[in-house]
Amino acid sequence: MKNKNLISITDFTKEEQLHVLDVAEGFEQNPQQRILQDKVVATLFFEPSTRTRLSFESAANRLGARIIGFSDASNSSVTKGETLKDTILMVSNYADLIVMRHPKEGSSRYASQVAHVPVINAGDGANQHPTQCLLDLYSIRKTQGRLDNLNIAFVGDLKYGRTVHSLTQALCNFNCTFHLVSPTELKLPSYVKQTIKDRNLEYRQYTDLAEVIPFADIIYMTRVQRERFADLMEYERVKNAYILNQAMLKGCKDSMKILHPLPRVNEIATDVDDTPYAYYFQQAKNGVYVRQALMALILGAKA
Amino acid sequence: MAKTELIVSALENGTVIDHIASNEVFRVLQLLNLDKSQDTVYMGSNLDSKKLGKKGIIKVSNRFFAPEEINKIALASPNATIIEIRNFEVVSKTKVALPEEIKGIVKCMNPNCITNHEVIETAFTVVPHSESVKLKCRFCEKFTTKENMAFK
Repeated sequence: MKNKNLISITDFTKEEQLHVLDVAEGFEQNPQQRILQDKVVATLFFEPSTRTRLSFESAANRLGARIIGFSDASNSSVTKGETLKDTILMVSNYADLIVMRHPKEGSSRYASQVAHVPVINAGDGANQHPTQCLLDLYSIRKTQGRLDNLNIAFVGDLKYGRTVHSLTQALCNFNCTFHLVSPTELKLPSYVKQTIKDRNLEYRQYTDLAEVIPFADIIYMTRVQRERFADLMEYERVKNAYILNQAMLKGCKDSMKILHPLPRVNEIATDVDDTPYAYYFQQAKNGVYVRQALMALILGAKA
Repeated sequence: MAKTELIVSALENGTVIDHIASNEVFRVLQLLNLDKSQDTVYMGSNLDSKKLGKKGIIKVSNRFFAPEEINKIALASPNATIIEIRNFEVVSKTKVALPEEIKGIVKCMNPNCITNHEVIETAFTVVPHSESVKLKCRFCEKFTTKENMAFK
């Protein structure tokens, strides 16, 4: 995996994905391993994403790497009209690894073509966010003890939610069954459903969240955003249907866990936080271990 | 007796591109850079065709095309036929086929794709077995289809 770019989750084979998870487990046991002391990691955030940036920087710090970068394009030469190509070429001279978030889709793939050093995509517009996908896989495997043959329920905005799309693609390697709960306007796009069909796996579509609670192993919540609706009446009608609260969880499996890519607004009521099913904050914590594993593997350091 | 048709002289050596969709003849000329060619080029549009109703045709003297060069016209005209002529004889006749990969030529239909914001050569993989032309952008991973395809 040394010197490999991670732009899209499909850049890594199933075996490579599992290897990242295995190495991440080691970092969970022992997070402080200063194995990248001679390395410089650049975090280039052309659009702000505090959560993702802090997670990457925490991971790099725990590995002893030094960090350079910017958290907003307004603090960079982009405001002077510098092209992405020039920015990336310059930063390649200064850093051993580039972590990049950019509002335009395809920007990270392009950067990886231009850069002399490996690039990790930390989100390119609505396209891909592969480290989120890996930390989701890590969280699922950790809580369920396996990735195979699980009943995965995705809830909320399945149309625009990129985390749902990449996680679905990744879980297709593991013979899971997909339960898709969304308003009619926000159904999973047909090309993602086609991926499921192509693997001879099963998906079912629902509009009622209560239906999936009794058998789901994982409930993956996403936010239903008002601005996604052409018809605001329709939004008002459905908005409360996709809010999960403690009372609804009666009768769920004991081992069931609730995931959410965060930030949450109101789609998970705060009374769920204290139940044994809430896992979203731990999920975010797992992100640091997974990013440590990725950086170590890509820079060829032995954990 | 008055002549009822104009005879375009037969090619001694060169390539005939037949069965071009009538409205795409000029596009095909452009895709093959024949609008800047120094060779003799004949073109016809809205000719009667048993197969297509109306068709276009292009004849180029002394030019032969590599498959990857000519197959890109399948984007504009998937039914086109390529006929190679040497010494006034037809030596080969093939239907165009889309290559696996398209570089340049086509714009990505996604307005938020980086290729529409910086000077970047576009690159697509051709999705196999789809009913009509379907291209997956190598950068933003979105699909450009015949319906929303624009040429650069």
